[in-house]
Amino acid sequence: MHTSRLKSVAEGLAVPVVALLLWQLACTLGLVNPMVLPSPAAVAVRWWAYLAPMEAYDPAAGSYLAWLFSGEMIQDSIGSLTRVALGFFVGAGLALPLGLFMGSSDAIYRHINPLMQVLRPIPPIAYIPLSILWFGLGNAPAVFLIAIGAFFPVLMNTIAGVRHVDGIYIRAARSLGASRLTIFRRVILPAATPYILSGARIGIGTAFIVVIVAEMIAVNNGLGFRILEAREYFWSDKIIAGMFTIGILGLGIDMAVSRLNNHLLRWHRGLES
Amino acid sequence: MSLQPASVEAISDHAMLIEPIVAPASPHIVIEGVDKRFVVPGGEIVALKDIDLTINRGEFVCLLGPSGCGKSTLLNAIAGFSAPTKGTIAVEKRKVSAPGPDRGMVFQEYALFPWMSVAANIAFGLEIKGMKRADIDARVAELLAMLKLTEFRDRFPKDLSGGMRQRVAIARVLALDSPVMLMDEPFGALDALTRRSLQDELIRIWSATGKTIVFVTHSIEESIYLADRIVVLTYRPGTIKRDIKVELPRPRDSASPAFNELKRELGALVTAEQHRFEEVELKGLTTD
Repeated sequence: MHTSRLKSVAEGLAVPVVALLLWQLACTLGLVNPMVLPSPAAVAVRWWAYLAPMEAYDPAAGSYLAWLFSGEMIQDSIGSLTRVALGFFVGAGLALPLGLFMGSSDAIYRHINPLMQVLRPIPPIAYIPLSILWFGLGNAPAVFLIAIGAFFPVLMNTIAGVRHVDGIYIRAARSLGASRLTIFRRVILPAATPYILSGARIGIGTAFIVVIVAEMIAVNNGLGFRILEAREYFWSDKIIAGMFTIGILGLGIDMAVSRLNNHLLRWHRGLES
Repeated sequence: MSLQPASVEAISDHAMLIEPIVAPASPHIVIEGVDKRFVVPGGEIVALKDIDLTINRGEFVCLLGPSGCGKSTLLNAIAGFSAPTKGTIAVEKRKVSAPGPDRGMVFQEYALFPWMSVAANIAFGLEIKGMKRADIDARVAELLAMLKLTEFRDRFPKDLSGGMRQRVAIARVLALDSPVMLMDEPFGALDALTRRSLQDELIRIWSATGKTIVFVTHSIEESIYLADRIVVLTYRPGTIKRDIKVELPRPRDSASPAFNELKRELGALVTAEQHRFEEVELKGLTTD
């Protein structure tokens, strides 16, 4: 068991390690302009500098914990994640009730679905000009864009979830004497959760993509802002360090949401692995 | 009253002498002139036609027939899931118009709520009824013990075998103590041994609770093993072909000559319908 896990870790690491070595080799041999492609070592050094607090610890200035988190990268990450969270909650918070209504009532569905189908293919990025016009600069347009990014995946999956509830659960609940409200709350809603949660997972992923773009246009902190700022100074090592951070954070969010989903859906078939 | 012949009294006196003293059979489910038609692309299917059937209180009735004979349709109509096209069904003298907790339903697919534990599934109907938490817990514990499910109380349905799931489904219906239990091929998906042990369990519960049970099956053996009365339905349109009382003593021995005699008799009836079903299916005249 243990050796096989070790083996799978080794297998997973082999290709990235070789790629890094080749990249480093190309830089060391001077095959590429370091301004265009800095070496992995330079990126690592820059990444650490981006992560570490900028000043030495001074007890008079504040607590140790505050100092530990005072590094630029951590502040940027907190900024980006806060926007993702805000935008997601606005977007999903609107999409969930609307999706539940649209899923459970054909009349509501028929009235609203055409509009949704027209709006859905518009990428959130296309709302940038309008968002600046409406909300100016700052967090508001960013949150607006992220909310749009999170809205449609949650909406579509909630509608599908409600519509795909197996009729036999509803029949069983009716024969046990459940009212319409009870059936909605205790049968349709839980039965639709697998769909809703997978919509939420896609929605958070979209929100994380949109936040990076939104930060490039409207605000002056956050991971998206930082890599654009780095470009202005030709700090290509910092650009790559920032991108790496974005990747790690995105992976972390997805893993956390997936863990949460698996916990919430522990009753669901086929998720136990 | 004065017109009543004097002999009536004498006859009933006489009857009293020779009949054992039992509660008179009282009708529990009364089905009168029921037709059920389904509109399908390119026509109409007559699933049930002219069904008249009275099921007495405490009776165990099996509806027997091949696929497409309308036995599940009839059960669903009694349950209130789909109203008959014509005729009426009354349970306890009240016309059936919707499903309700007075008629518990056990489905072949179990229909347990997968997001609820075993105990929560059983408690669901009691919570709807508005019973107090402590009373619910006591009743659930009692049912878990009755169906030998106590150690599975916190499991989710996906972690149970088919037989266990059907025990939970039966417990969920028993929780409400409904006088009628409707069962739609409940043991159809189980292996032979599990099936037999659940059949025995069902008979035990039925004798202990005195419920009226309407049980749909296509297994001749199962119907003889369980029922007081077997109602054989014809294939499309579904009509009552035969209504047979089973008077074999319980527990029934499926190897006994009387059992097998009945099996042969029913076999002939059901096979004839099965042939009609196959002919029609082969011709591709049906759409379901």
